[in-house]
Amino acid sequence: MTRSSFMTRKELIGFLILAAVIFLLLPAMLDSFRLNLFGKYLTYAFVAVGLALCWGAGGILSLGQGVFFGLGGYCMAMFLKLEASTPENTAIQSTPGIPDFMDWNQLTELPVWWQPFYSLPLALLAVLAVPVVFAFIIGFAMFTRRVGGVYFAIITQAFAAILTILIIGQQGYTGGVNGITDLRTLLGWDIRTDEAKTTLYFVNGVLLFAVLLIAQYVRKSKLGRLLIAMRDQEDRVRFSGYNVANFKIFIFCLGAAFAGIGGAMFTLQVGFMSPTLVGIVPSIEMVIFCAVGGRLSILGAVYGALLVNWAKTSFSEAFPELWLLGLGGLFIAVVMFFPNGLAGVWSEQIEPRLTKLSKRSDTATPKRAAERAPAE
Amino acid sequence: MFADYSWPELGAIFAMQGFAGLILFSVFVLMALGLAIIFGQMGVINMAHGEFMILGAYVTYLLSNLFADYVPALFSMYFFVAMFLAFIASGALGLFVEWALIRHLYKRPLDTLLATWGLSLILQQVYRSVFGAREVGVSIPDWMMGSLPLTDLIEIPINGIFVMVLAVSISLGVYIMMFRSNWGKQVRAINQNRVMAGAVGINTEWTDRLTFGIGCGVAGVAGSAFTMIGSTGPTAGQLYIVDTFLVVVFGGAASLLGTIASAFSISQAQSIMEFFLSGSMAKVLTLLVVVGILMIRPQGLFAMKLRK
Amino acid sequence: MSEQMIIEVEDLTVSFDGFKAVDALNLYFEKNACHVIIGPNGAGKTTVLDLICGRTKATGGSVKFKNKELLSMREDQIVLAGVGRKFQTPSVYEDLTVSENLELSYPKGHSVFGALIFRRDDPVQTRIQEIAETIFLEDLLDEKAAFLSHGQKQWLEIGMLLIQDPELLMLDEPVAGMSVAERKKTAELLNRIIQDRSVIVIEHDMGFVADIATRVTVLHQGKTLSEGSMERVQNDPKVVEVYLGH
Ligand SMILES: Nc1ncnc2c1ncn2[C@@H]1O[C@H](COP(=O)(O)OP(=O)(O)OP(=O)(O)O)[C@@H](O)[C@H]1O
Ligand SMILES: [Mg+2]
Repeated sequence: MTRSSFMTRKELIGFLILAAVIFLLLPAMLDSFRLNLFGKYLTYAFVAVGLALCWGAGGILSLGQGVFFGLGGYCMAMFLKLEASTPENTAIQSTPGIPDFMDWNQLTELPVWWQPFYSLPLALLAVLAVPVVFAFIIGFAMFTRRVGGVYFAIITQAFAAILTILIIGQQGYTGGVNGITDLRTLLGWDIRTDEAKTTLYFVNGVLLFAVLLIAQYVRKSKLGRLLIAMRDQEDRVRFSGYNVANFKIFIFCLGAAFAGIGGAMFTLQVGFMSPTLVGIVPSIEMVIFCAVGGRLSILGAVYGALLVNWAKTSFSEAFPELWLLGLGGLFIAVVMFFPNGLAGVWSEQIEPRLTKLSKRSDTATPKRAAERAPAE
Repeated sequence: MFADYSWPELGAIFAMQGFAGLILFSVFVLMALGLAIIFGQMGVINMAHGEFMILGAYVTYLLSNLFADYVPALFSMYFFVAMFLAFIASGALGLFVEWALIRHLYKRPLDTLLATWGLSLILQQVYRSVFGAREVGVSIPDWMMGSLPLTDLIEIPINGIFVMVLAVSISLGVYIMMFRSNWGKQVRAINQNRVMAGAVGINTEWTDRLTFGIGCGVAGVAGSAFTMIGSTGPTAGQLYIVDTFLVVVFGGAASLLGTIASAFSISQAQSIMEFFLSGSMAKVLTLLVVVGILMIRPQGLFAMKLRK
Repeated sequence: MSEQMIIEVEDLTVSFDGFKAVDALNLYFEKNACHVIIGPNGAGKTTVLDLICGRTKATGGSVKFKNKELLSMREDQIVLAGVGRKFQTPSVYEDLTVSENLELSYPKGHSVFGALIFRRDDPVQTRIQEIAETIFLEDLLDEKAAFLSHGQKQWLEIGMLLIQDPELLMLDEPVAGMSVAERKKTAELLNRIIQDRSVIVIEHDMGFVADIATRVTVLHQGKTLSEGSMERVQNDPKVVEVYLGH
C-alpha cells in the first residue's frame, strides 16, 4: 500500500524540469526584452495554477479570476503610484502630492481609502487580503446556498463586468480606462530599467515555485482528495460528514490569493495596471491558459500560461487577424479533443511511448514489454 | 437626491425614464428570448449568443444596402424581409453549430461554455474580416424616423415604438411556439424527463438541434431589430452577453414569463437610476442588486420545481 | 421510553408540490436492533431515510436522534452526530482508489484545517486494512474505484460507512443488483456488522429480511401499514394484499 507522500519521483522530475526551464533555459535563450515578456506571462501562471486547483480538482469554474488578479495588481499599483507622486514629482499639478489622474479629475485630496497604501507592508497585506476577502464573500454566499456549475461561472463573470465598469466609471479614484500608469520606483529601486525587470523575472519565478509548492501540498493533502471527491460525488462527501461549502470557499479563496499575487507581480513587472486585465475577456482567457496546460495539472497550468501567451504575442505581431481565430479554435480544440490539455497529451501519448522505447532498447526484458502491451 | 426636484418634475422624470426603460426592456427581452429557449429548455450555455444576434444585424445591413441599390421602390419594406432572412441565417448557423459542437458536450456544461466562447471569438474575427472593424449602421426607412409628441415635454421616437412592438410580437410568437406547437410540447417533455421522452418516441436528438436552431434564429431577429436603434460592430455581441445571461438567470431559467418579468425590472431599475447617477454607476448598481438577489435566491424570480 | 430509542420520528410529513410522499409518519427505532422497512415501490421508504439524514427537507414533524432534533441540522452535522447512510445506488468516488475512498470516510480531519494537516498515520492505515478485510477488498486497496464491479462498489460504500463508526447505520437496499454469490457474501457481511449496532435497512428481498430483522415496518403511501415481528407482519392480511401478495 502506498503512503501518500508529498511528491512522487515523477512529480519531482517535473518540478525540476520546470525549474530548469524558468531559471536556466529561458534566461539563457532570451534577450532582456523577451525575458521581460516571459516575466509577464509568468504572472498569469499564478492565476492558472489557482484555476487548476479550483476548476481542475474542485470542479469550480470561475470566470472572474481577472477580478482577483486586478485587485492584487491595483493594490500594488496604488502603493507604487503614491511613491511616484511625491510633491516634487508632481509640482506642476494644481494639487501637488496626489496621483496625476486625481489631479486631472479635479480631486484636491487623497481619498481616505488610499491612505494605507503609503505603507508597503499594508499594501502587500492588501495584495493578499483584498482578493481573499472578496472571494470569501462571493464564495460564502454562493457555496452555502449550493450554487455551483454554470451559475457560479456566470455570476463570477458578472463580477468581472461590474468591477471593470466601476473602475472605468470612477476615474478620479482609479485612473479610469488608462489604469494606474507611470509607476517608477519600489522603495527607491527603479523598476523601469532592464536589470530591474530581469531581477523581477527571477522574483516571479521564485514566487511561482512557492505557490506551486503550496498547491502541490494542498493537492496531496486529504483536502486535495476531498476536492476530487466533491467534484464527482458531492452528496457522498456531505454524507461522510464534511461541510462541502467550507472546502469550496477555501479553495476559491486560495485561487484568489494566487491570482492576487500574480496581479501584484504583473504591476511590478510591466509597470502599470489597468481595467483591461480585469474584465470578462482576460478572465476567460486565464481559463484557457489552464485548460491548454491541462486542467488537472498544476505544472501544466504554468506551461499553458507561457505557451498561450507566447503564441499570442508572436501571432499578433505577425498576423493580427489570425490570432482571434487561433484562440477561438484553441478553446474549441481543447474542449473537444484534448480535455486534459498538454499534461494529458504528455501522460497519455508521449510518456507511454517513451517508456516503451526505453523498454524496447532494453533487450534484457523484452518479455515484460510484451506483457505490458495488452494492458494499455 | 430627490430634494433638488419638485414633485411634478419628478413625475415627468419618472415618465420619461420609464419610456427609455421600456425601450431598454424591449432590447433585453429580444436578447434574452433566444437564450431563454436554449439555456432554459436545454441547459446549454451559449456564450456566442451575442454573435448570433450580430449575424442578424449584418444580414439586415446587407439587405438595406441591397434594397437601396437595386429596388429602391420597395425600400420601405426591406426590414421585414431582412428580419425573416436574419432568422434563417442565424437559425441555420445554429443548426450547424449544434451538430458540429454542442451535441458532443451535452453532459459537460462548463466545457460547452468554453467551446462556445471560442466560437464567439471566431465569429467576431470573421465579421471583422468580412465587414471591417468599424461599426456599420443601416439606413432606416422614412416611416420609422421622427417621433411622436405625447405632451410638450415628452416625445417618443418611432423606431423605439417599433422595437417595442417587435419585442411584444416575437415574445408572443415564441410563447405560442412553446405552448401550442408540437415542437414546444416535445421540448418541454424532454426538459422534464429526457429518457422518458425518448422512450415514447420523441426524436430527442432532432428536437435538441431544432431548439438550438430556433433559439439562435430568435437571436438573429433580435439583432435585426437592433439595427433600428443602433449601429453594429464585430464585437458588439460581447457587450450584451453578461446582461443577457443575468436577465435569463434572474428570471428563473426555465420560465419565459420570468425572463420577461426580469427584463422589465432590470431595465426599469437601470434607466431610472441612470437619471440620478452616472450611466456607469447605474449599471454597476443594477448589476450588483441583481447579483445580490441571485446570491440570496439562486433559483431566480420564477423557479420551476423539477425533480433532479 | 425514549431511553431505549435511538430515533423517534413523529408526525413526519413531506409534500412534493402537494403530493405527500411521507404523511404524518410515526416511527420508533430501538437501540441495538435491526429495523427493516419494507413496502411497495414508491411507498416512501427512501424518502424517510432522506428526511432523517437531512437530504430532503421535511414539511413538518420531528425526528429525534438520541433526543436531539435532526430536522434543523445540516447533513454533515447529522453525520457527525452519528448517523451513517448508504444510498440506493452505489455512490463511491470513482476517481480515487479504494483506500482513498475509505480514508476520506475516516472520522478525523473533517474541518478545512484538519483536512490540510491530516496524516495517514498507522492507526488510520490499520483501520483501513481492517475494514478492507471486512468488505472483501483487501487485495484491491490501490485499485481505482471505477474499476470495481457493482457488488464491490456496494461493499466499498458499506465499508465507508463502517469506518465512520456511526451509532446508527441506515442502508438502502444493500443487496439490490447483486449476483447470487455476492448476495450471500453481503448477507454474511451485514449479519456481522449489525451486531451491537442500531441499524435501519430497506430491503425487498424477504428471505434476506427474515434473516436479519428484529423488527419490521411496512410502509404504504407514506404511512405505516403494519409493524412488528417478521412473523406478525407476514401474516397481516393488509400487508399480504398490498405488498407480499404479488
Ligand atoms: N424530490 C422529489 N420530488 C418529487 N417527488 C418525489 C421526490 N422524492 C420522492 N418523490 C416521490 O415520492 C414517492 C416515494 O419515493 P421513494 O423513493 O421514497 O420510494 P421508495 O419506497 O424508496 O421506492 P423504491 O422501492 O422504488 O425505492 C415516489 O412517488 C416518488 O416519485
Ligand atoms: Mg427507494
